Amino acid sequence: MKTVNTTDTSKRKFLGGAAAVAGIAIAPGVLLQTVNAKPDNEAVSNKVRWGMLIDTNKCGDGCTDCVTACNTENGLTGFERPETDSQWIRKLTLKDKQTGHVQTLPVMCQHCETAPCVDVCPTGASFKREDGIVLVDKHICIGCRYCMMACPYKARSFVHEDLQDQKDHAPRGKGTVESCTMCVHKVDNGENPACVTACNKEHKAMYFGDLNDANSEISKRLKQYGGKQIRADLGLNPGVRYQGV
Amino acid sequence: MVLWFRKNLQNIMLAAIAMLLATSVNVNAEVVAPVVPKGKGEQCVEPTDVMRKNHMEMLKHQRDETMHNGIRTKKHALKECIACHVQEDEKGQVARFGDDGHFCSSCHNYAGVNVDCFQCHADRPQELIGKGHKIKPHHTADFKDKAINKEALQALTEVSK
Amino acid sequence: MKLIRFASIDGNSNGYWGLMALLAAFILAALGSSYYMEHHGHHVTGMTNQIVWGLPHVFAVFLIVAASGALNIASIASVFNKKAYKPLARLSAVLALALLAGGLMILVLDLGRPDRLIIAATIYNFKSIFAWNMILYSGFMGIVGVYIWTMMDETVGRFNRLAGISAFIWRIMLTTGTGSIFGFLVARQGYDAAIMAPMFIIMSFAFGLAIFNLVLFAAYNGTRRELGDAIVKRLRNLLGVFVAAIMYFVVVFHLTNLYATEHHGVEAFILRDGGIFTQLFWIGQVVIGGLIPLALLYAPQLQGCRKSMALASVLIVLGGLAQMYVIIIGGQAYPLQLFPGMEVSSSFFDGVVNSYTPTLAELMLGLGGVAVSLIVVTLALKALHLLPISLADAVADPHHKD
Ligand code: SF4
Ligand code: SF4
Repeated sequence: MKTVNTTDTSKRKFLGGAAAVAGIAIAPGVLLQTVNAKPDNEAVSNKVRWGMLIDTNKCGDGCTDCVTACNTENGLTGFERPETDSQWIRKLTLKDKQTGHVQTLPVMCQHCETAPCVDVCPTGASFKREDGIVLVDKHICIGCRYCMMACPYKARSFVHEDLQDQKDHAPRGKGTVESCTMCVHKVDNGENPACVTACNKEHKAMYFGDLNDANSEISKRLKQYGGKQIRADLGLNPGVRYQGV
Repeated sequence: MVLWFRKNLQNIMLAAIAMLLATSVNVNAEVVAPVVPKGKGEQCVEPTDVMRKNHMEMLKHQRDETMHNGIRTKKHALKECIACHVQEDEKGQVARFGDDGHFCSSCHNYAGVNVDCFQCHADRPQELIGKGHKIKPHHTADFKDKAINKEALQALTEVSK
Repeated sequence: MKLIRFASIDGNSNGYWGLMALLAAFILAALGSSYYMEHHGHHVTGMTNQIVWGLPHVFAVFLIVAASGALNIASIASVFNKKAYKPLARLSAVLALALLAGGLMILVLDLGRPDRLIIAATIYNFKSIFAWNMILYSGFMGIVGVYIWTMMDETVGRFNRLAGISAFIWRIMLTTGTGSIFGFLVARQGYDAAIMAPMFIIMSFAFGLAIFNLVLFAAYNGTRRELGDAIVKRLRNLLGVFVAAIMYFVVVFHLTNLYATEHHGVEAFILRDGGIFTQLFWIGQVVIGGLIPLALLYAPQLQGCRKSMALASVLIVLGGLAQMYVIIIGGQAYPLQLFPGMEVSSSFFDGVVNSYTPTLAELMLGLGGVAVSLIVVTLALKALHLLPISLADAVADPHHKD
């Protein structure tokens, strides 16, 4: 790698890059929780489908730990303009009109299997990773906001003004659309999303894991107690499921 | 007025071209190499001439791999470039993108090539955030008024023998 | 029928240059507004994370829909072989291109990242109806361009019918595509209706023809060329039929919605409780854009009166804009139903009717698109042989008897 022939740099760079990728496999020195980290140089695969389960019975009334954790993790500082500031996760309060029963639950991008945002995006900037995480590639997002029109869950925000001091793991900028990334930078590192970690400190209402793995905690729980989809009638098979609604 | 304009259109165009040529000659006359700040490490991940020529390709390749396939190798990652190349100076100041003292803009200002990476990406290592002046709001990519000129680009991408 | 001779207009009068200057001023204002919006970000507009498509989209969709409708006259002439419309075909096709150009300009300048237009033009996600629309729009430009060529150049005149038929098919697809942009938004109560696409086609007929009439009248008045009653009467009847058809579709649309319980909420919102949207629907769309024009067009006393027809056309345009506003913005204002039957609230405006106040910048951008359309037509009238020197009855009407 060190000795370089200067004549054909472009080809060399490409091959050399691939070789280097194969060569380095630094084990991430991170605390592993529910999931194992894949090697850095391995592409994500559809053997895994990341998902979340939210037990609304345990969700604390008035607790916004998950929201705060998300904002901190992803650097979502607002401009005190609630109508245009980004919100990747929010707490909903539901009141049953018949019974008067009130409950709260967090809602974020549901990482739909057949995601409407992905279907409508003209440039392919909205896309679903092999492992089911739905993201916006801000390099090619043109800010048309069609995905926001299409998302049934109001999960997306448009960045309405210039930003500064973004987190280096969560780049975001004016004129593009964004939403919950399931903390993909953490997931790739074998960690839980920030909201799940925060929730686990007290209420323990959120679970994260591989829906394809029958032995993961989330799959076992879903099997035993079931889990509802919001707007199941739309047939989107979201990766985020709820219990107790 | 309109008629006069039409009749003289050719002359006007010629005059404009002449003016343009004159200015570009001026720029060419004062070719000064950009001052590129030193990085933290000893040696870059690729030889300097390769980086000069191809850094954009590598960054772009890595960006797509990371974004779409979750490849998180560090070698060609923008984050790592920044971590090494953007440092505090003796006064504890950190240059921001757009300043001549910022690694990326030292060249990009010089060559007059605008990039929009730093509208989204952090322009300094995470631990230095909070240091350095605020970028003027709405002017994140405020680069100097220099026309691109061929010699400068050649000088930059010339393979060092 | 006598031979019809076409000529460009002189375009040297004060009126012509005044019009050009006015339109140019509007276009400059639109560019300025767009720069202002992009520079500061969209928070300086009335748009929010709840209402993501605002007034610019109202104008843009209106113009794009009208564009395909403006082609009608040409289609009737070459596809359905109605000779009486032939003299107007050129103007009709050019107007179609001009309206599309204006609409697209608005759409592009309202993007979050207009600088990345090249991405939108080169990377396509073929599942996206939006991407298909981009292909439909550019195809429309090309096909109608060729169509105009076959009308104006006799050496390729024999391809005229073929080009006309292709343009006709393409425009139907284009309007269907535009309507489907909304039809695909299944989760939004206001848009979830299969009837959306055909309704857009009918709307395009009326809006396009209304604008066509206004341009025609202005051109013939401005140049003092003769425009006979025969052709005007045909256009008048056509317009009346189209407006009646829109009214019919709107009634069917809302009746079918009222039939399905899940849509009762949004129907009550638009028809009864929606505040500005309800007013725009009843006063703007139904009365100004529908009933009054119908009365003006069909009242026996007004039959020979061009002014009443021009007024009807203006009202149809205004009503059309109101209708777009109700569809596009009203559809977003009505809250998404995440948990039907439950009362929902959050920090992100769940469960509340979203409010939207357009700003001057958005209005100017929209009007700028209209100005672009008009300036293209004004220039084309001068540069090309678009309009017959005379459309007096003796020239224009094949059945005219002296
Ligand atoms: S919740 Fe919305 S943003 Fe997330 S995947 Fe589904 S449609 Fe897309
Ligand atoms: S705003 Fe961006 S991500 Fe959303 S549909 Fe448009 S291009 Fe795709």
